[in-house]
Amino acid sequence: MVSSTKFKALSGALMLTAAGMALAPAASAEDTIKVGILHSLSGTMAISETTLKDVMLMLIDEQNKKGGLLGKKLEAVVVDPASDWPLFAEKAKQLLEVDKVAAVFGCWTSVSRKSVLPVFEQDNGILFYPVQYEGEESSKNVFYTGAAPNQQAIPAVDYLMKEEGVERWVLEGTDYVYPRTTNKILEAYLKAKGVKPDDIMVNYTPFGFSDWQTEVSKIKEFGGAGKKTAVVSTVNGDANVPFYKELGNQGVKATDIPVVAFSVGEEELAGLDTKPLVGHLAAWNYFMSGETPENKAFIDKWHAFIKSDKRTTNDPMEAHYIGFNMWVKAVEMAGTTDTDAVADAMIGVSVPNLSGGYSAMLPNHHITKPVLIGEIQADGQLNTVWQTSGLVPGDEWSDYLEESKDLISDWRKPLSCGNFNVKTGKCGGEVATQ
Amino acid sequence: MIAEKLGLFRSRLGWIVPLIIMGGTLLVAALNLLLPPDAALHVPGYVIALLGKYLCYALLALSLDLVWGYVGILSLGHGAFFALGGYAMGMYLMRQIGTRGVYGNPVLPDFMVFLNWQELPWYWYGFDHFAVALLMMALAPGLLAFVFGFLAFRSRVTGVYLSIITQALTYALLLAFFRNDMGFGGNNGLTDFKEILGADLQLAGTKACLLLASAALLSGFYLFCRRMTRSRFGKVLVAVRDAESRARFLGYRVESYKLVVFTFSAVMAGLAGALYVPQVGIINPGEFDPANSIEAVVWVAVGGRGTLVGPIIGAILVNFGKTIFTGVLPELWLFALGGLFVFVTLFMPKGVVGLWPSLMARLAQMRERLGYQQPQHQPEAEE
Amino acid sequence: MKRLVRAIALLVCMVIQGHLSQPAVADAVDDSLAGFASTSYADIEKAVAALAATGDPAATAILAALADGRLAYTADKAVFIKNEDGTLLTARTGEPLAGEAPFGLKPVKVNNKVRRAVDAAMGQLTLSSTDPAQRLASAEAAFHAPDPAQLAPIEAALAKETDPRIKTELEQARAAMILAKADASDNDKVAAIAILAARGDQDAKSFLNAAANQGSGRVAEAANAALAKIDRTLAMWSAAQSFYYGLSLGSVLLLAAIGLAITFGVMGVINMAHGEMVMLGAYTTFVVQEAIRNHAPFLFDYSLLIATPLAFLVAGGVGMAIERTVIRYLYGRPLETLLATFGLSLFLQQAVRSIFGPTNLEVGNPSWMSGAFDLGGLTLTYNRMWIIVFAFVVFTVLMLVLRRTSLGLQMRAVTQNRRMAAAMGIRTAWVDTLTFGLGSGVAGIAGVALSQIDNVSPNLGQSYIIDSFMVVVFGGVGNLWGTLVGALALGVANKVLEPVAGAVLGKIVVLVLLVLFIQRKPRGLFPQKGRAVES
Repeated sequence: MVSSTKFKALSGALMLTAAGMALAPAASAEDTIKVGILHSLSGTMAISETTLKDVMLMLIDEQNKKGGLLGKKLEAVVVDPASDWPLFAEKAKQLLEVDKVAAVFGCWTSVSRKSVLPVFEQDNGILFYPVQYEGEESSKNVFYTGAAPNQQAIPAVDYLMKEEGVERWVLEGTDYVYPRTTNKILEAYLKAKGVKPDDIMVNYTPFGFSDWQTEVSKIKEFGGAGKKTAVVSTVNGDANVPFYKELGNQGVKATDIPVVAFSVGEEELAGLDTKPLVGHLAAWNYFMSGETPENKAFIDKWHAFIKSDKRTTNDPMEAHYIGFNMWVKAVEMAGTTDTDAVADAMIGVSVPNLSGGYSAMLPNHHITKPVLIGEIQADGQLNTVWQTSGLVPGDEWSDYLEESKDLISDWRKPLSCGNFNVKTGKCGGEVATQ
Repeated sequence: MIAEKLGLFRSRLGWIVPLIIMGGTLLVAALNLLLPPDAALHVPGYVIALLGKYLCYALLALSLDLVWGYVGILSLGHGAFFALGGYAMGMYLMRQIGTRGVYGNPVLPDFMVFLNWQELPWYWYGFDHFAVALLMMALAPGLLAFVFGFLAFRSRVTGVYLSIITQALTYALLLAFFRNDMGFGGNNGLTDFKEILGADLQLAGTKACLLLASAALLSGFYLFCRRMTRSRFGKVLVAVRDAESRARFLGYRVESYKLVVFTFSAVMAGLAGALYVPQVGIINPGEFDPANSIEAVVWVAVGGRGTLVGPIIGAILVNFGKTIFTGVLPELWLFALGGLFVFVTLFMPKGVVGLWPSLMARLAQMRERLGYQQPQHQPEAEE
Repeated sequence: MKRLVRAIALLVCMVIQGHLSQPAVADAVDDSLAGFASTSYADIEKAVAALAATGDPAATAILAALADGRLAYTADKAVFIKNEDGTLLTARTGEPLAGEAPFGLKPVKVNNKVRRAVDAAMGQLTLSSTDPAQRLASAEAAFHAPDPAQLAPIEAALAKETDPRIKTELEQARAAMILAKADASDNDKVAAIAILAARGDQDAKSFLNAAANQGSGRVAEAANAALAKIDRTLAMWSAAQSFYYGLSLGSVLLLAAIGLAITFGVMGVINMAHGEMVMLGAYTTFVVQEAIRNHAPFLFDYSLLIATPLAFLVAGGVGMAIERTVIRYLYGRPLETLLATFGLSLFLQQAVRSIFGPTNLEVGNPSWMSGAFDLGGLTLTYNRMWIIVFAFVVFTVLMLVLRRTSLGLQMRAVTQNRRMAAAMGIRTAWVDTLTFGLGSGVAGIAGVALSQIDNVSPNLGQSYIIDSFMVVVFGGVGNLWGTLVGALALGVANKVLEPVAGAVLGKIVVLVLLVLFIQRKPRGLFPQKGRAVES
C-alpha cells in the first residue's frame, strides 16, 4: 500500500510533465514555418485585438498562396491570452519554447508588451508590435511597427497650431502610461513653442469611463476663454464612445473646439453615429479612405477574407501588413528564420505601406511612416486633410523628456544597444543584457 | 466500514499531498536542470514557470478555502491580498534593478523616471532590503484584512453582504492601483525584474528554486492548516460555519475566531502572490480585478471546499484546463469555464474530492448487492 | 464668343426660372463655382466667401450641399450637387442632370476652416430670409463666428427685425463683432460689453475674456467687471449642474440596479449574470434598429419604443430559462447561486461575442434623443434627460406591479413566507420563475436606455454589475425605495466629488465610504424590518 502511494506520487508528477510536453505537437516543425499570433480573443481587449488575429491569418494565407516562404508553408499558431497580462507572458513562452515559432505578431496594450518583453529577450524570439505606443523602449527582440509619439502626437499638434490657430489646449486622457507619457511630451513641446502653462489643461479619467457630462462641460468652460481651443484626446478604448456621444449631444462642434484623437480609428467609429462628430480629427499613419491602389487591393482582400464588406480596416492592421511583409523579406534575405540573422536582415528592409510610399525598418527597430491627419466624416470614415510631406522616422527616446533626450538606440553592430547615452558614451542596458 | 475507509483515506492523504507536491516538483526540476534539452524526458523551462504559477494559485485557493470552507466567509476579494503580497515582492524586485534600468537611475524605477518623479515616495523606502519586503508581503495584506475584518465582523456583516463588500474592496483597490499618481506604475504595474536575492531571474536554476520554494510553502501551509483544522480551534471554526449563533451562545467569541482566520488567510494569499510575481515576471492592477477573485473561488468549488486537498486539486485542474483551452480552442475557453461553474455548483457540490467518497459508497453498495466479498481485482472497480 | 454663349445660355435659364438677376452676377457665381474645383482648402474657402458675396439664391443650396459633403466636381470644373438618393443636380441651376454621371466626379473636400466659412456665409445669406427660424439660426451663426466685416449687414438686418428674440440675438452678434473690431471706439466697446454681460453665458464669457485680454484700460476694466458678474452667476449654475449630472448618473445606476433589486432584493438570488441581461437588452435594441434601417427607415425614431417591450421579453425569457434550469436547484444556497450565475455571465458574454463579434455596435440616437437645450445656465442633453424620465417611469411601473397587481401580491407573499404562501394555494415555484423573469426583463429595459449612452459590446454588463450591487445593498435589500434613494445618493455624491477630486479618486472615495458605511450598517439605508429578515 505504501509503495503504491509512492508510485502514485511519482506517476502524478510524470503525468503533469507529460501533459506539459503534450502541448508540443509531434515533430512536424520541419516542413512548415510557424508564425505565432498573440492577440486576446476574449476579455476586454478582444474588441480590438480579434481583428488583428484575422488580418494575420489573411496575410499568412496569402503568403502560402504565393508559395510560402523559403519553399515551406507558413503555419499560424493562434493562442488566446484572454486580456490577462501574466497569461500573455505564459503564452509567449509557450509559442517560443513549445511551438518554436519563427516570429510572433501580437500584443496591443503596453502592459501586455511589457509582460512578454522579458520572455522574448530570454528566449531570443521576434515580436512585431503593431500599435501606437508611448515610446521610451527599444528591445533587440521587438520590432515596433506602430507609431512612436513623434509619428502621431507632435505632427497633430503642429497641424492644429498652424491650420486651426489653436492657442489653448486640453490634454484629455485615460489614466495609464501611454496618455501620461504622450501628454508629458506634448506639454514640454507646447511650452517650448511658447504656450503658457495657464493655457494647458491636463485631465485623466479611469478606464471604461462612461459618464462624461462633467468632463465635457469642463472642456466647454475651458474653451470659453476667448482663445481658440482644441482637445488632444488620448482617451482609450471603450471610453471613447460615451465621450463622443456626450460631445455630440452637448454641441461641442469641430468648428468650435476640435478634438484630435490618437486612439480612435475606423473600428471605434463603426460603433458610433458619426454625424454629430463630423470635423473632429484623428492622427494616424493610415486611413481606410486612402486612395492608393495597394490600399484598395488590401481592403478588397480583407472583405473577401472576412466575408463582409462592412468591416473596416485600420492603422494597426496596416502595421501588421507592413511588419509581416518586412519579416518575409528579411527571412528571404537571410535565407533562414534564425532570430539573429533575421533581426540583422530586418534593419534597412523597406516595403510598400498602404498610404503610398515605402516604410523602412530603422536601426532602432522602429519604422518610417507618413503622418496623416484626418477628419471624421458622416459615414464613419476619416478623410485626410493634411499629411507630412515625407516620411517621419520613429523616435523611441523622446527629445522632449529630460531623462531620455540623450538616449539613442541602434541595434546594428558594433553598437548593438537599445539605450545608448550619447553624453556619457555608455550603453545603459549593457549590464543587464551582458 | 465505509466510515472506516473514509477515515483511513483522509488521514493518509495528509502526508500524501505534500509528498506528491514536493516529489513531483523535485522530479520536474531535476528533469529540467540535469537532462540536456534534446533528451526525450527533458522538461522545458516553460513547464517550470507554468507549474510554479499553478502552485501559487493553489496556495491562494487553499487560503480561500480556509475562510470559505471552514468558517463560511465567502471572500470575493482574496485576489486583493494576493496582489498586495505581489506588489510588495514587485517593489523589492524593482529596487534590485538598480542602475540596470533603461535610464540607469540608481534609485528610481524606470516608470518614475520618465514620468518625472523627483524622488522615491516614502512608502517605497526600505524595499531594497529583502527582510523589509518579506515583512511587507505578510504585513500589507494581513493588516488590510485585520482592519477590514475587524470592522466587518464586529458589526456582524455576514454571508452575501460580506461577499459583496469584499468585492467592492478589491474593486476600489483596482481603481486605486490603476492611478499613476499612486506610484505603483499604474496600469503597466511593475515589470522587467532582473534578480532576486542576487540570483538572476532568467537562469533556469533560479526558476527551479522558485518552483521548489512555492512547493515547499504550499506543503508547509497545507500541513499547518491540517493541524489547525483538526485542533480544537478548527472544530470551533466549523461550528461557527455551521451555526454561528449557537457557537456564540456557547460562549465562543465568534468575531475573534473569524478575525484570526481571515487575517491568517490573507497573509497566506499575500505570500502566494509574492512567490507568483517573480515567476510570471509582472504584477499589475489587473490582479485586483474582481473577476480574478471569483475565479479563485471556482477553483475551490471545483476541487471541493471544506477539504484541504480540494482547493489544491481544483486550482491546478482549472488552470491546466485554461492553459490547454486558450492554446487549442481559444474561442471556447469562456464557454468551458462558464459551463464548468454551472456544472460544478449543480452536480458536484462537493467538488472533485467529493466524488471519491461517493464513488466508494457506490462500490460498497454494489458489492453488497452482488453479495460477495471483494476479490483482489474486481472488474467493476475499473469502470 | 464663349462668354456670349454662356451668357445667352444663362439668360435662357433665367427666363425659364423667372429670375431677374443680372448676367454680371451670374458670372460672379460661375467664377466662384469654379473655385470649388480645387484640392486646396484655401481656394475652396475663398470660393465660399465669393459665392456668399454674390447673394445668389442658388448659393444656399450649394453651401448646404458643401457642408454635407454632397458637392462634387469634374476635371473640367463643372460642379454638381449629389442628392441623398444619389442623383445629381447641376449646381448652378439646380436642374436634375439627365443621363450618365459625368466621368471622374470627385467630392469637394471640406475641412473645419471651410466649414466655418460655410457657417459664416450661410449666416450672411439667410439673414434676410422670410422664415424667422432661419433668421434666428443665421443670427446665432453670426454670433458664434463674429466677422467685423459683416457689421453693416447685421445692422441693416437689426433695423428691419421685429421678432424680439431674433433682435436680441442680432444685438449680441453685433456686440461680439464690435469687440472683435480693432478700430471700434471705446464707448462702443463698453456698450457692447454691457450687452454681452446681459447674455451672461459661456459664449459671452469667451468674447469678454478676449476683450479683457487685449482691450485698452477702460474696455478691459468693463470686461473684467462683467466677467466677475457672469462668474458669480455661473458658479451658482455650476452647483446646480453638478446636482443635475448626479441625478443623471443616479438614474443610470437606478436603471441598472432596479432589476437586481427584485432578483437580489426580493428573491435573495445573487445574480451575477444581471449585467448580461442589461447587455441582452442593448443588443435587442441593436437588432431592432438594424431591422428598421434595412426594412423601414421611417420608423427609426420609434425604434426605442419598439425595442423596449422586445428587450423586456428577450431578457425576461432568458431570465426565466435560467431560473428553471439552474437557479431553482440552488435556492437556500446563495453563495452557490453566485458562482453558477457568474459562470452563466461568462457564457452569455462569449455567446454574444461569437454571434455579434467582439466590436462595439452602433446604436443610433433617435432624433428626439439627440442634442441639447439650454435651461438658464444649464445645458441639458436630451438623451440624459429622457433617461432620467425613463428611469422614474420604470420605477413607478414596477412599484405599481408589486403593490397593485395580484402577481405582485403573490411575489411579496412568497418572499415573506414561502410555506404559508404555498399553503394558501400560491404556486410558489411558478411565482419564483415569474419574479426572476420580471427582474431580468427590467434589466433588459435598462439595456435599451444604456445603449443610448454607452458602448454596445459584450463587456457592457460587466461595467455595471458591481455598481448595481452596491446600490442595492446601500439602499437596503428588499426595499425598492431604498434602491431609488441609494442610486440617486451615489450618483450625486460621485458627481459632486468629481470636479473636486477628479474622476478616478472621486470614485474610489465613494467606494471606500460605501464599504465603511455597510460595515457600520450592514442592512443599508432602509433596513427591512419584520420576520422576513432572517439570521
